[in-house]
Amino acid sequence: MKVTEKDVTYVADLANLELSEDERGRMVRDLNSILAHVDSLSELDTNDVPPMAQVSDRYGLDESKRGSERFAYASRDDVKEGLRKSFPTEVALANAPESDGMFFKVPKVIER
Amino acid sequence: MNLAGLTIDSARSAIAERKTSATALAETFYAKIESDDPKIGAYLILSKERGLEKAAEIDRLVEKGEKLPPLAGAPVGIKDVLVTKSVRTTAGSKILGNYIPPYDCTAVARLEAAGAVVLGKLNCDEFAMGSSNENSAFKPVHNPRDVSRVPGGSSGGSAAAVAADMAVATLGSDTGGSIRQPASFCGVVGLKPTYGRVSRYGLIAFASSLDHVGPFGKTVKDAALMLRTIAGRDPMDSTSAEVPVPDYVAELDKPIAGMKVGVAKEYFGEGLDAEVRSAVEAAIQKLAKLGCEIVEVSLPHTKFAIPAYYLVATAEASSNLARFDGVRYGLRAKGVHSLSDMYRRSRDQGFGAEVKRRIMLGTYALSAGYYDAYYLKAQRVRTLLTRDFEEAFKKVDVIVAPTSPTPAFKLGEKVDDPLAMYLADIYTVTANLAGIPGISIPVGQTKEKLPIGMQIFGKHFAESTILRAANAYEIAA
Repeated sequence: MKVTEKDVTYVADLANLELSEDERGRMVRDLNSILAHVDSLSELDTNDVPPMAQVSDRYGLDESKRGSERFAYASRDDVKEGLRKSFPTEVALANAPESDGMFFKVPKVIER
Repeated sequence: MNLAGLTIDSARSAIAERKTSATALAETFYAKIESDDPKIGAYLILSKERGLEKAAEIDRLVEKGEKLPPLAGAPVGIKDVLVTKSVRTTAGSKILGNYIPPYDCTAVARLEAAGAVVLGKLNCDEFAMGSSNENSAFKPVHNPRDVSRVPGGSSGGSAAAVAADMAVATLGSDTGGSIRQPASFCGVVGLKPTYGRVSRYGLIAFASSLDHVGPFGKTVKDAALMLRTIAGRDPMDSTSAEVPVPDYVAELDKPIAGMKVGVAKEYFGEGLDAEVRSAVEAAIQKLAKLGCEIVEVSLPHTKFAIPAYYLVATAEASSNLARFDGVRYGLRAKGVHSLSDMYRRSRDQGFGAEVKRRIMLGTYALSAGYYDAYYLKAQRVRTLLTRDFEEAFKKVDVIVAPTSPTPAFKLGEKVDDPLAMYLADIYTVTANLAGIPGISIPVGQTKEKLPIGMQIFGKHFAESTILRAANAYEIAA
């Protein structure tokens, strides 16, 4: 068993989840079963293999370029006027569980 | 009207020749949904007002004798992870149960601009996480070919709606096989384009580097028509590629003789159902008869695809789903006493079991002490899996493989075993990790009359090639 109930409680905390006692027990079982399968990756020596975060730099681009230069296709010139308009406040707030017409309202952040 | 034989082109012609109207056609589909969908469960939300308004617009064009756009009056359904302005969009989750988006996703906007009539929003696994559609927070989807079986997932509603003639074509999303696997289970055509081919603007994110938007249709031609409509650079998605969109439809009929078709033994190993194997092998023989050259290729890292995929996908998901916190939209728990209490309880109440499992796995894989061993390791293996394809595509034009190791399984069969469910994606996740296009087409059925699907993979942006091969097979079959 790699993952203990204590780990699950810690990770749930990081993920802003509470989880019931039943859910935590089940999570211990499921994460261990999945991680046991995932461990097969350690069979591979990947020390000289670069990590791949996304695919867009693997096709059709200038191979001589590196870093952000390679993603020039995704950039555009600065627009100073005629920018797309933002949503009006009431539209942005329309789905809010609670608002005061100007701002999203949330429970007190600072507790004394 | 014979809905089963209806395609995008035949709908448009029937409307142009005034054999029907776009409005009558939409009403026919709504009646069909009302009578048949209770036993299938494909639709979550019907957008009648919006659909009928679009249909009326098409009918006015007919009245005025104007040229109809390419998808004029085509009744389509949209997976409910694609946002639709003023039409409730849930992502199959309770946490977005009442969400009314203030904007349209690009793919839907482009379909409507081309004349399509949006009938409604289609059921799916919650946040597109699942392989059976049983993770929908609202209801499961039943496979139209056998209602005791799953339609596949996560775009189960999108596949089932096409298979049950409750839409001519649909949109889905594919993060690890979520278009191709349900297409295979339901006996329809499903296409996952190249990463960057179709804008993800307005697609509710699951794993941003793996998410793709793509079409379902009854025919390869309809899939090509849908793709031609939605593909292309979108300033709203900086990962959408600045690559010209060919006329996929015009290129369909180019001959495929001489095309080199790769077959990788890694996709025909242990765990592959015997009937699926023989159907796919027969389909490969048919491609050979059509003049293709069958070439053996190797994709040696394939067995590491599922572990790499489930680490990368869940890590990205844990980050993407952090936005659901009960502040700006979505469910907020009642009776909370502090901000952090509100976050936790809203997420606890709003997310289903599989979504929580993936957030937990992803958070674990990214957490201090495990990042290198899990997340970074998976990213390195992703490079190896991608190189496998790059090597193979030096020798061949396309690669064919079964879409799923088995035909559609029974509802409830895998719900208690998440790992078994993940392994159902064994042949599909690699294309997402590498970003290459793949199409699933029907290639027969089992003795129990369950559909079998075959995938055709291509090089980046070679959708024309895989569509041509698929079309040639479809015509010959």
